[in-house]
Amino acid sequence: MKTVEMPKMGDTMEEGKILHWLKHEGDPVKKGESLAEVETDKVNIEIEAFASGVLRKILVPEGDSAPVGAGIALIGAPDEPLPEGLAGNGLAKATVSPPVDLAKAEKTQAAPAQKPGGLLREETGPAYLQGTPQQVAVQPAPPTKDEERIFISPIARRLAEEHQLDYSSIRGTGPNGRIIKMDVEAALAQMQAVPAAPVAPAAPAPVEVPELAPVPIETGEVIELPLTAMRRTIAKRLGQSWQAAPHFYVTNVIDTGKLADLRRQINEYAEKDPAPVKVSFNDLIIKAVALALVRMPQVNVSFAGDRILQKKQVHVGMAVALEQGLIVPIIHDADRRGVLDIARESHRLAEAARAGKLRADDLSGGTFTVSNLGMFDVDSFTAVINPPESAILAVGSITPTPVVVDGQVVVRDRMKMTLSSDHRAIDGATAARFLQEVKRLLEEPFGLIL
Amino acid sequence: MRTITYRDALREAIREEMQRDERVFIMGEDIAGYGGTYAVSKGLFEEFGEKRVRDTPLAEEVITGAAIGAALGGLRPILELMTINFSLLASDQIVNSAAKFHYMFGGQPQIPLVIRMPGGGGAQRGAQHSQMLESWFAHIPGLKVVMPATPYDAKGMLKSAVRDPNPVLFIEHELLYNVKGEVPDEGVDYTVPLDRGEVRREGQHVTIITFSRMVHVTLQAAEDLAKEGIQAEVIDLRSVRPIDIDLILDSVKKTNRVVIAEEGWKYYGTGQGIAALIYEYAFDYMDAPVQHVTSADVPMPYSKVLERAALPNNSDIVKAVKSIVPPLLVHS
Repeated sequence: MKTVEMPKMGDTMEEGKILHWLKHEGDPVKKGESLAEVETDKVNIEIEAFASGVLRKILVPEGDSAPVGAGIALIGAPDEPLPEGLAGNGLAKATVSPPVDLAKAEKTQAAPAQKPGGLLREETGPAYLQGTPQQVAVQPAPPTKDEERIFISPIARRLAEEHQLDYSSIRGTGPNGRIIKMDVEAALAQMQAVPAAPVAPAAPAPVEVPELAPVPIETGEVIELPLTAMRRTIAKRLGQSWQAAPHFYVTNVIDTGKLADLRRQINEYAEKDPAPVKVSFNDLIIKAVALALVRMPQVNVSFAGDRILQKKQVHVGMAVALEQGLIVPIIHDADRRGVLDIARESHRLAEAARAGKLRADDLSGGTFTVSNLGMFDVDSFTAVINPPESAILAVGSITPTPVVVDGQVVVRDRMKMTLSSDHRAIDGATAARFLQEVKRLLEEPFGLIL
Repeated sequence: MRTITYRDALREAIREEMQRDERVFIMGEDIAGYGGTYAVSKGLFEEFGEKRVRDTPLAEEVITGAAIGAALGGLRPILELMTINFSLLASDQIVNSAAKFHYMFGGQPQIPLVIRMPGGGGAQRGAQHSQMLESWFAHIPGLKVVMPATPYDAKGMLKSAVRDPNPVLFIEHELLYNVKGEVPDEGVDYTVPLDRGEVRREGQHVTIITFSRMVHVTLQAAEDLAKEGIQAEVIDLRSVRPIDIDLILDSVKKTNRVVIAEEGWKYYGTGQGIAALIYEYAFDYMDAPVQHVTSADVPMPYSKVLERAALPNNSDIVKAVKSIVPPLLVHS
């Protein structure tokens, strides 16, 4: 009997909540198949079986949370006995799950491990097709019949989940009673037709809704907005960061003239690339930051109480603003990626972030963050450090600015950048030298592509 | 635009390419004086002479090897195999030589070879001469396998195939040669790419993916379905390798339902490959399992009645569509 543990999916994950079990007790599972959908502090993700067998026991019911490493289910052979005192893994609430359904376990045990291969065959075909007479004698009627299984098409299921609709009560009109897209749409329309129900705004909802806005509750003078998982995480982590890390700020101004020229040249090339891509200023800034971090590893650190952890790899996070909050997907090994590669990856991550489809990998391991509000006409701003990192770069707009060149006042493009650093780990001169290096790389930008 | 047959469109493409590039020549069994088994090369021998219109022995492995050699030597042969069934004799040359040399020898040799051959059944040619074997070759990296359904595409794709630096298997169909369609005037040089499908009819309820002769059967089925309010989107793949998967996925994401209609057999064929790609890349958009309309899983019968029963037809497609399009959807 093997225990399925709550996996650690990202540096900050401490516990995960089971949203749905995709398999039921008694279902056969194959290695790599999705077992359950789990909500972590940042994303919803499906966890996979690491072994094949039968899902013998669910230890953490839907809606409950379990800490990382805790057992959430047992996988074993159909006839393997379940261990005594099922929840032996430091589980918190898991023991409240219902007792084992012995009748069902026996049924599973008697069922053949696999359907016969070869020809497509009715499950209830003639007995002589199903094995020797002896086997037929002990074989129960339709072996894979499972009353609990709800048949629902993939798109119907996705639609229901996007709208947090419990589809178990929908009557399917498709073949074999399958719930199809139309049935979910009808159920959603019916919900919206109910008067006074607090539903999302009447405007046509976008098709891709990663996380629904929480249902507001009006009480007296205020409207209470319950926190989404993402908002809770932002509040917890940035609150901790602000309280624990003494922030200080260093600002400089970049002449972006050459950077703009280089970007234009790169993009002229990149649009004719077999896989065309558009490089943004932010992509170039990420590259510059990554190179500067390689040269100054004393900025690529985490403060760990009694020591400082210097990271060997450079993983640069890019803050992405979403309707419902903020998320920081990571460009891994940004120092070793070419500019076009960074552009492709940042594009993919931004799209995935907006569609709510980031993977755990996309969010884990960041060593430094770039936050760019340039598109909002912001001169400059300061950012709160994204723990466990020790510094974050806040990038403002590129602004035409009068400057003196050779005794003449001329107009040049300028961009302000402010580095927030954790003074526990990084000192002022170090921060200033780091920012100077980033400035040098952006003002003589050929270094970004050489 | 004029209306000409698929056969004439092929002949025009060959003639124009031979006029354009003197390295282009044709070879095959009975293609010179006789004009080809399906009369595609009729008149070309008189026009271009025996040096560029060459009759060959009945020895597919030999003549395919010779054509590959000519291509390696700098010529641009168009080889006609009488039917795809005989390509099995030449399959070692096609799979182990034509598809491999460019890869195995550091990209130095190119094999700009076109092999034309009709596939499929429906003309009472018996079990050995009625097979649709495109998936055998579409399995092989290094080959392109195209199957145009209209005279316009036949001419434009044959020209693209001749100009392509790689081996292209150009699969026709005996029942397509007399199909008529609009084609630009003779001498108007146009090409059709070898890697793009085409939406032949737009619809929102179901996507029917098809190619070659079955495009015409499917369009008729789509007409019949439209009378009952079901709007089918019909995709003519035109090429089975490379396959225009983006076109398929865009349509699947719109309709959520797929029927694949092909003349080949069901198991391990082109349609199953496409279905697997759809499940791999568009699973979350599916509202029903992919339905598959194919020939019956038997060697093609010689009897006219049985042959008709073995081949997929209009009503098979209509039935498959109706099994996954809910009636309520159509009237809502």
